[in-house]
Amino acid sequence: MNWSSWSDFAAMGGYGLYVWGSMGMCALALAAELSSLKLRRRAIRREAGGKPVATLQDIKT
Amino acid sequence: MPSKEINWFHYAAPQRFYTLAGRMVPWFGAAALLLAAAGLYLGLWLAPTDAQQGDAYRIIFVHVPAAWMSMVVYLVMAFWGGVGLVFNSRLSSMMACALAPTGALMTFLALWTGALWGKPTWGAWWVWDARLTSELVLLFLYIGFMALHASIDDTRRADRAAGLLALVGVVNIPIIYFSVKWWNTLHQGASVSLTKAPSMATPMLLGMLVMALAFWMYCIAVALVRARIIVLERERHTTWVQRELEAA
Repeated sequence: MNWSSWSDFAAMGGYGLYVWGSMGMCALALAAELSSLKLRRRAIRREAGGKPVATLQDIKT
Repeated sequence: MPSKEINWFHYAAPQRFYTLAGRMVPWFGAAALLLAAAGLYLGLWLAPTDAQQGDAYRIIFVHVPAAWMSMVVYLVMAFWGGVGLVFNSRLSSMMACALAPTGALMTFLALWTGALWGKPTWGAWWVWDARLTSELVLLFLYIGFMALHASIDDTRRADRAAGLLALVGVVNIPIIYFSVKWWNTLHQGASVSLTKAPSMATPMLLGMLVMALAFWMYCIAVALVRARIIVLERERHTTWVQRELEAA
């Protein structure tokens, strides 16, 4: 283990901005990709909900 | 059908793929999460400070995996684009489309983390060196693929045009990979290769490889999720998709 304290860990030996800037952007980008997929999926669902599909029950009645 | 042989075209049917991929996604997702936790623990917590670069080198744990995936995803995307061209199989082209945004994201992350690494070690965010420039060209290839596909209304024609573009762009991958050998670049040569022992300390190397595996799993999971969405979008006129959407 290299770190004597949490603030030491956050400082990254003076390179905190660069290291956390890299890690942070990765986390942000992946989160953005996942949430955009969620929205895209929801959009299909909504569109499908708007146009009712004939079910077997509809045909019978 | 003889049970010994696997009929790969069986899974080329979008509906079968949809079900199979749906079952696979949670496993790849969980693997990505666990590997990323282990890799970050190894890389940020256990691995020692580098003698030359101090702690700035820790960017390697996301930079190298993202850069590797930016190339791997491109090759897989071009492969599926090519299969779609040759066999005229719809699912292959959908897979190529599903990979493009993730590949572009990986390329962007490789460039971003590279800039943040270049500043403290080289003194510049960006240099027009062969490695960096060819990686930027890769980003434009991904964007070009998506833009070309989006600009053609007929989906099948869009698939063919974008597939061809992806195949032509493959020429850039060896250029990126060998750029550090072919030209005198500011970017360092490979620390890890198949032909010689890696020039890195063990915990650093281990952390990097675990993170690379995590990125692999993430890319597979996300590409499958996006491919399933594309299947739903393109096959929405079919009864099975309408039933699928109703059920959820």
